Amino acid sequence: MAEAEESPGDPGTASPRPLFAGLSDISISQDIPVEGEITIPMRSRIREFDSSTLNESVRNTIMRDLKAVGKKFMHVLYPRKSNTLLRDWDLWGPLILCVTLALMLQRDSADSEKDGGPQFAEVFVIVWFGAVTITLNSKLLGGNISFFQSLCVLGYCILPLTVAMLICRLVLLADPGPVNFMVRLFVVIVMFAWSIVASTAFLADSQPPNRRALAVYPVFLFYFVISWMILTFTPQ
Amino acid sequence: GGGAPPGGGGEVPPPGSPASGNWAGLDRNRRGATEARAFSGPGGRLTPREFGNAATSLTANPDATTVNIEDPGETPKHQPGSPRGSGREEDDELLGNDDSDKTELLAGQKKSSPFWTFEYYQTFFDVDTYQVFDRIKGSLLPIPGKNFVRLYIRSNPDLYGPFWICATLVFAIAISGNLSNFLIHLGEKTYHYVPEFRKVSIAATIIYAYAWLVPLALWGFLMWRNSKVMNIVSYSFLEIVCVYGYSLFIYIPTAILWIIPQKAVRWILVMIALGISGSLLAMTFWPAVREDNRRVALATIVTIVLLHMLLSVGCLAYFFDAPEMDHLPTTTATPNQTVAAAKSS
Repeated sequence: MAEAEESPGDPGTASPRPLFAGLSDISISQDIPVEGEITIPMRSRIREFDSSTLNESVRNTIMRDLKAVGKKFMHVLYPRKSNTLLRDWDLWGPLILCVTLALMLQRDSADSEKDGGPQFAEVFVIVWFGAVTITLNSKLLGGNISFFQSLCVLGYCILPLTVAMLICRLVLLADPGPVNFMVRLFVVIVMFAWSIVASTAFLADSQPPNRRALAVYPVFLFYFVISWMILTFTPQ
Repeated sequence: GGGAPPGGGGEVPPPGSPASGNWAGLDRNRRGATEARAFSGPGGRLTPREFGNAATSLTANPDATTVNIEDPGETPKHQPGSPRGSGREEDDELLGNDDSDKTELLAGQKKSSPFWTFEYYQTFFDVDTYQVFDRIKGSLLPIPGKNFVRLYIRSNPDLYGPFWICATLVFAIAISGNLSNFLIHLGEKTYHYVPEFRKVSIAATIIYAYAWLVPLALWGFLMWRNSKVMNIVSYSFLEIVCVYGYSLFIYIPTAILWIIPQKAVRWILVMIALGISGSLLAMTFWPAVREDNRRVALATIVTIVLLHMLLSVGCLAYFFDAPEMDHLPTTTATPNQTVAAAKSS
C-alpha cells in the first residue's frame, strides 16, 4: 500500500495516513455527471473508402496490380537505391516470373530419356524453396528485413535471368555450334551479374555489416544454379 | 530512518569472493584450492576476469564466506611444475572437468530460449564473416598440435558453415560431373548432351545424409563409450556436426578439379583431399577416444576415415564417368574395317 511520506512539519505523527483516504466517501452517481454525446467525425467518408476498391471494375483492379508489378520490374532493371520493392512488396511478380521460367525450362513430357532437364515442378520448387532458405538464412544471421519483403526482392531479381532464357531460346532456333554456345554463355553471364547486383542493392543494407558476405553468398549460389539450368537447356 | 544494510544483517561479502553472487565456472589454476573466476561481458560474449587468489582473499577477509569446490577427478599429475609442451598439455586445457563444465555453463547462459522460439535457432548462426573464414582456413590446414574444435569452435558452434558448405558441395559435384561428362564425350556423334538434373537430388541426399547422420551416429557412440569409460574430452552434437561440415570444404575445389579427365589426376586429388580432411577428423576425435580401450579407439578412428573415403570415392565413381584412354572413333567403323584392324593388331 502506498504510504504518504511523513511531512517534516509533523515530527510527532506516528502512523502515516493512506492516500486517497477520503475517496470512498464520494458517491459517484450524484456528484460527477457522466453523460453526453459522442460523435464520430468523417463518418460518411469511411464508408466511401470501404467500397472504393470493392466496387471498382475488375479491369481497374488488374491494371492497378499490373502497373505495380511493372513499376517493380523497372526498378529491377535499373537498380537504384530505392525502397519501392521493400515498401510495397507483392508476390505477383515473382509468381509470374517463376511460372514463365519453369514453363520454358521444362523438358518434354514425352521425353524418353531418364536424365534430362528439370521438370516444371523441379524448377518451381528450386526457385521457391531456394528463396525461402535464403530468407531464413538472412533472418537467422540477424537481418532486419521481413520474410515477404525478402521473398519479393529475390523473386523480382529473377527477371534478368528470365530475359536471358528468352534470348537463349531465340538463339537456339539458329543452328547449333560453338558460336551459338558462346553467345548464350555471354548473355547468361551478363544477366547473372545483373541479378546479383540488383538483389544486393536491395538486400545488402538490411544485414549487419560484419555479416554481409555471409548473407550475400547464398544469393550468389541461388542465381548461379538458375543460370546453370538456363545455360544447359537443350531443346529435344 | 535510513542506513540499514541492504543485505539485512551480517557482514557484506567482499567483491572478490564468490559469495558476492557474480561468478560462474571453475578455475583452471592447479594450486590445490579452487579460485573463483567471474565472467562478464555484453551479449553473451564472456571473458574471464581473475579476482585473485582464494588464499589472498581469505587472508584479507577471514570472515568472508567462500565456497571451495574440488575438481572432480583431478589427477595428481596436474601439479604445478608438470612439464608443459607435451601432447597432454592440450588435454589439460580440454579437460572434461572444468572446461566442459565451463562450456556447459556458457551454453546454458547462451542458449536460454526455448527451442520453439526463433531466437533459439539464431544462436546457431551467431558468426561473423571473419569467423567463418577462419574456420575454413583451419579446416584446410590441419596442424598436428591444434585441435580444430578447441581453437575455432569451442566457443561457438554454428550451423551456417555446415549447411552452406554442403549446399555448395552438392551443386559443385553435380555441375562438375555434368561438365566433365560433356567434355569427355565431346567428339562423339552418338552422344546427346543432357543436363542430368536428377543427379542433383541424388547428390543432395548423399551429402546431407553423410553430414548429419554420421555425426549423429558418432555422437551416440561417443556418449555410449563415455558412460563406460571416463573420457577426458567430450564433444556436443553440434560441435561434431560443425567439424564434419567444415571438413567437407576441401571437396569443393576437389570436385571442380575432377573435371580434368585424367584418371591419375583424379586419384591424386582424392588422396590429397582425403589426407587433409581425414587427418582433420582423426586429430579432432583422437583425444575423445584415447582413454578408451586401445582397439576401440583405433577402430573408431579407422571407421571415421573409411567412411570419409567411401564418400569421396563413391561420388567420384557415380558422378564422373571414367575417362577412356582412347576415344571411340568419330566415324562409325564398318564391320570390315574393325575386322581388319583386329587382324592387324
